[in-house]
Amino acid sequence: MRRWIWLSVVAAFAIAYPLLLSSPFQQRLGALVLLYAIAASAWNIVGGYAGQVSVGHVVFFGCGAYAAMGSYAKFGLSPLFGIPGGIVLAVGLAAIIGVPTLRLSGHYFSMATIAVAETMRLIVTNTEWLGAAVGLSGPTVPRNIFDLSFLSSLPYYYLFLAVLVITLLVTWWMTSSRMGFYLRAIRDSERAARSLGAPASRTKLYAYMLSAALTSVAGALYAMMFGFVDPESGLGILISVKILIMAALGGAGLLFGPLVGAAILVPLEEVSNSWLGGKGAGLTFVVYGAIIVLIARFQPGGLLSLFTGRSKPNKDAGAGHAP
Amino acid sequence: MSFVLVQVIVGGLLLGAVYALFSSGLTLVWGMMNIVNFAHGDFVMLGMYVAYVVYTLMGGGPILGAPLATLVLATLGVVVYFALIRDIMKGPMLAQILGTFGLALLLRYSVFWWFGANFLSMPQDIVGGTYAFAGLRIEASRLLAGVVALLVTLGLHLLLTRTSLGSKMLAVAEDQTAAQLMGIRPDTMQAIAWGIAAGATGLAGALIANFFYIVPTVGETLGIVAFVTVSLGGFGSVPGALVAGLLIGVIESLSGYLIGAIYKDIVVYVLFLLFLWFRPQGLMGKM
Repeated sequence: MRRWIWLSVVAAFAIAYPLLLSSPFQQRLGALVLLYAIAASAWNIVGGYAGQVSVGHVVFFGCGAYAAMGSYAKFGLSPLFGIPGGIVLAVGLAAIIGVPTLRLSGHYFSMATIAVAETMRLIVTNTEWLGAAVGLSGPTVPRNIFDLSFLSSLPYYYLFLAVLVITLLVTWWMTSSRMGFYLRAIRDSERAARSLGAPASRTKLYAYMLSAALTSVAGALYAMMFGFVDPESGLGILISVKILIMAALGGAGLLFGPLVGAAILVPLEEVSNSWLGGKGAGLTFVVYGAIIVLIARFQPGGLLSLFTGRSKPNKDAGAGHAP
Repeated sequence: MSFVLVQVIVGGLLLGAVYALFSSGLTLVWGMMNIVNFAHGDFVMLGMYVAYVVYTLMGGGPILGAPLATLVLATLGVVVYFALIRDIMKGPMLAQILGTFGLALLLRYSVFWWFGANFLSMPQDIVGGTYAFAGLRIEASRLLAGVVALLVTLGLHLLLTRTSLGSKMLAVAEDQTAAQLMGIRPDTMQAIAWGIAAGATGLAGALIANFFYIVPTVGETLGIVAFVTVSLGGFGSVPGALVAGLLIGVIESLSGYLIGAIYKDIVVYVLFLLFLWFRPQGLMGKM
């Protein structure tokens, strides 16, 4: 019962937020929080629930971002048409990367995902057709409403809110389905799960593909809001790191963990950037680094786990066995 | 074989020896405690900046910069072990990855904040000029880096295999409880391993600072090079890291020369992925 009260309070606040705090800065901030919450929630499916710490999720983010901008820049279509293309691209890539990479456990998986992401970034940076280092731009002047190019952040806010709700519903549905039980079993002990007949490889791959699809949607929305994508903003490893940190700060493997993490870190970054200007960019990541170190050291389950009482997630979550 | 090709290979070997030096630090802590230091490349970056500061403040070359960078980084390694690693080692894997990743961001952007994002470099003539052997031209700074790195890596291998300290460290790597029963303190041994590993990165950083570009984000690339080297050489094997480091140096130089400079990183990353996928035990097995 208490859970439902909390949920309705949060939902009411989320709907009323841009009307209550209506300055352009605040509305933009709200939209960004939701956007990162979508990406972090998508990461949470494979990183939190399945316990496979992907540090290369930006690859899928980039698929969405480049597909959205590409459909405008290359074919003159609305960036919206890029979303399904981005999803197909991301899911296909996830299947190709996932089959050999998900066999690796622990740190090995994380390192392989970094290498994949960096390889993709280097390839795109050197591909003329994808705009190389300059990237691709969206419509500067919207031709019609389907270009989704607005001056105000308000339409983006509600669009992102809707996508976030869908993402959370998908995650919730997944955790309460058979797949969710398999994933938890795999995270706690893959060997035990396998010996009891859980199809570990297939389940992990499905989780990876689902997570990739949702991450690519986040990437497409990001590119639409900013109106462009380049190798740094669409495929830079720092995007992966931000996504991962938000989920971990709030609580990896908890439904609302990523939202909590995004609601803390995005305002922190935006405020420090606007106060400190260019110098702030470096300082922001110093603070980010310090926060992660402290979380890892003192509260590895994330902030939300303070309330759910699950202070330490399973100790043996694939702790670095040889692949 | 043309002279240019030989020149490229020799250059690759010299750089590869430095790769081997800092990678043997990574492989040591990895093999001993099964923890991956995602901040390893940033340790090398710090070593480069220590050498740079020594030069700008005191006008000192590598004779002063290299020992100082080794000392500073070794101290940092021990501090990091006691303040962070000792605790996250017992935690879940997510905490281990986050802990060292957070450390990487903290170091990288502290330097970024202090020195800015500009590319810095040491003066060309800080170490001798260029030597010519039988038509080959080798810069003194690269020769110094390669030779010192090679000797120190070999020294590290001897330290691990021929001294009682090395045996104690290997005992802790094998079985902590059994080592403890023999009167060895795992905590002390692991702290020493972190000191040695970080010291090696400091020395490597100071050595390449003389001819490499110095920038806060250089640790990202060097960190991946270290992962590649360790995975190629086998986790926990110093001789493996040496062979793999030299090999990667040569592959990188050759692909830079034959295919184009922009593709040399791609070649190394793809090689890394292929090894992880098809031969995760590396070229030379385990410690």
